[in-house]
Amino acid sequence: MAEMTYREALRTALREELARDERVFLLGEEIGRFEGSYKVTAGLLKEFGPRRVRDMPISEESFVGAAIGAAMLGLRPVVEIMTINFALVAMDQIINHAAKVRYMFGGEVHVPLVIRTPGGAGSQLTAQHSQSLEVWFASTPGLKVVAPATPADAKGLLKAAIRDDDPVFFLENLVLYNVRGEVPDGDYTTPIGVARVAREGTDLTIVAHSYTVVRALAVAERLAREGISVEVIDLRSLRPLDMETVAASVRKTKRALCAEEGWPTFGVTAELAARIQRACFDYLDAPVERVGGAEVPMPYAKPLEQAALASEDKIERAARAVLAESGLLSVGRGR
Amino acid sequence: MQIVNSSSPQAPSRERTRAVTAEELRAMYEQMVLIRTFEEHAEEQYTRARIGGYLHLSIGEEATVVGALFATGPEDYILSSYRDHGVALVRCGDPAATMAELFGKETGLAHGRGGSMHLLCPARHFLGGWGIVGGHLPIAVGVAMALDYQQRPGAVLCLLGDGAVNIGTFHESLNLAALFHLPVVFLIVNNQYAMGTPVAMASAEPELYKRACAYRMPGERVDGMDVLAVLEATHRFLTLAREERQPGLLECVAYRFRGHSVADPGRAYRSQEELEQWRQRDPIPRFEAELRRRGLLDDTMVQQIAARAEQQVREAIAAAAAAPDPPLTSLYQHVYGPAAREQFARMGPGAPYGEAEALQRLTGES
Repeated sequence: MAEMTYREALRTALREELARDERVFLLGEEIGRFEGSYKVTAGLLKEFGPRRVRDMPISEESFVGAAIGAAMLGLRPVVEIMTINFALVAMDQIINHAAKVRYMFGGEVHVPLVIRTPGGAGSQLTAQHSQSLEVWFASTPGLKVVAPATPADAKGLLKAAIRDDDPVFFLENLVLYNVRGEVPDGDYTTPIGVARVAREGTDLTIVAHSYTVVRALAVAERLAREGISVEVIDLRSLRPLDMETVAASVRKTKRALCAEEGWPTFGVTAELAARIQRACFDYLDAPVERVGGAEVPMPYAKPLEQAALASEDKIERAARAVLAESGLLSVGRGR
Repeated sequence: MQIVNSSSPQAPSRERTRAVTAEELRAMYEQMVLIRTFEEHAEEQYTRARIGGYLHLSIGEEATVVGALFATGPEDYILSSYRDHGVALVRCGDPAATMAELFGKETGLAHGRGGSMHLLCPARHFLGGWGIVGGHLPIAVGVAMALDYQQRPGAVLCLLGDGAVNIGTFHESLNLAALFHLPVVFLIVNNQYAMGTPVAMASAEPELYKRACAYRMPGERVDGMDVLAVLEATHRFLTLAREERQPGLLECVAYRFRGHSVADPGRAYRSQEELEQWRQRDPIPRFEAELRRRGLLDDTMVQQIAARAEQQVREAIAAAAAAPDPPLTSLYQHVYGPAAREQFARMGPGAPYGEAEALQRLTGES
C-alpha cells in the first residue's frame, strides 16, 4: 500500500498498462509536451516516447474516431478528453460509432477503447466547463461507464477498462484529482459492474458516484454525531449498474437517498430511484429521495455557484428530510 | 458537366502507372456488370418488401468503385459510406452473403444486424459501410494510424460521397492524416448530388480535390465514369500512401443514375436532359466498347458475363430468401463482448419490465 492522489493513481495505472501491453497507447490534447491539462499524464511522454503518448490537435471528434479505428485493428487506445464538456464535440463518434460497432457489424469487429475525461464543478469554471453529463453515456447500450471515487478504484478501474474488449467511458472528476488515499501496490483490477459499500450503516442508504461519494461520506460523518447511522454506496460503475448491492443496502436501512453532481431530471438518480422502488417496494419506510445540482447552467459568481452545487449541506438537508418522513428525525431538526 | 482531369501541384507522378493484364480487365468488367445486376435486382426486391430500411444504389458509379478497389491489395483496408454494395461485392466476393444481409438474414455479412448500409468483411479488410455522413473518415484515419503504429504494409482507402466534404470530420480527418503522415487515401465518389443538393449548391469550392492544398496533400480529379482512369489514379495515390506515408485526396466524378435511395425517384432536383446526357457516358457500355476495341471481349463473352452475373444474383436471392432469420434469442448478443455476462449479472433488482429476461440472455449460459 502507498498513499497517493487520485491523479497519481491514474498515472500509475497508465504507466503500468503502457509497460505491460504494447497495444496500449495514449492520445489526447496536451497530454505529452504540456504533461496533461490536469497533469494526469505527466512524465509519460518522456518515459514512453511520442509513439505511445500522442499529442492531438483540438479535434476531439476525429481523434476519438481515430481511436475507434485503431481499436478495430486490435490496439488499445486510451483517449483523454480534457473535460467531459468537450466530449460533446465527439458525441457522434462515441454514440453513433463506438457504441454501435460490435452490434451493427454482427460481432465481426469490436472496439477496445477507453475514453478518460473529468466532469464536475466547483472552481468557478462556469456554464460550459462545469457539467456532469455521464448519464448521457450511461444511457447508451454498447458503452460501459465507470466513475471511481477513490485513488484505489481509479487505478483498479482504469486497468480494468483498458483490458476490457468494449468501449469504456471513464469518468474522472476535477475535484477528486487531489484527493489522497491508500492504493495497493502492483497489478490489480477493480471489477466493472460491482459497487462498493463505502461506509456501513443501518438507518439510511445514500447512493452516489464519483466525487459525490466523498460528499456523502462527509454527510454520514455529520449525522453520525447525532447517532444516525448512514450507509454510503459508491456505485463505481454506472453501466452496468450494481443494483444487487444497492437493493441489499436499502432493504436493510429501509430508506434511500440518491445523490449526484449532475441534474437529477432524467439523471443517474432518476434511474436509481425507479429501480430502488421496484426492487425494495415492500421494504421502504419513506419514498426514495433524490438530490443533485440545481437545474441551471452553472453560474460564475461564487455564492451562486455554491448554491447550484450538490453540496454537503444540500445532501444533508435531503437526508434529514428522508429521515423525518419516516419518523426517525423530527421535521426541521438541524435545518 | 465537363470533366477535365486536373490535379494539384503535389499530385503523384504519372510515371507510376500500373500494368493491367487482360484477365484483370475482363474481371473488372465482370465486377461492374455484377454490381449493376445485383443492384437492379435489389431494387426489385426492395419494392417487393423483401429488403427493408434504406437502399442506396450505386448504379452509374460502378467504374469508380471497381477502378478504386482493383487498385487495392490484400494488405490494404477499405472503409466506405453507406452506398456500399459495390464495395462489398468486389472486396468480399460473396454476393449471397451480401444479398442475405440486405434481406436481414443470419447468413448476411453482418448477420442481419446491419443491413444495406453496414456491409463488411474484416477478414478481407473491408471495415464497413458506415451510416453517418463523414463519420467514418476519422475511423479510417485511426486504421491508418494502427497500420503505422504496427509498422504494417498497406494503406487505407476511404470512400466518401461529395456530401461528406462539408462536415467537420472531413477537415479534421484530412488534417490529422497529413499531420501524422498516415497512409490513407480519401476518395470522393462525387456522384454530383448529396441527396438532392448539387455540389455547387453545397460547396463554395466545387472542385473538391482542390481542398487538398489546405493540408499540403496531393489532390486530383479524374473521370469517375472511366474505370481505367480511376484504377490508374487510385493506384498512384495508394502507392504514395504506402511507400511515402503521404495521404491524398482523389475526386472521382461519376453520376448517380438512380435517386438517393430507392424511395427517391431522383427526378425533382434534376432534369431529364441531364440524366440522358449522363446516360450516354454509362461506364459499363463505355468500358465494354473499350474492351471490344482491344479485342478482349466479343458478343459471346458479353452474353456469358451477363448471364453469369444474372445467375449469381438469382442464386443469391434464392439463398437469402431461404436463409434463417437471426434467432430472437440473439437480440442482446453482440451489444458487448463475453465479459459483460459477469459485469451485468448484478443489474437485475428493480430492472424495467422485461429487462431481467434480457439480462438473463446477456448473462446466461447460451
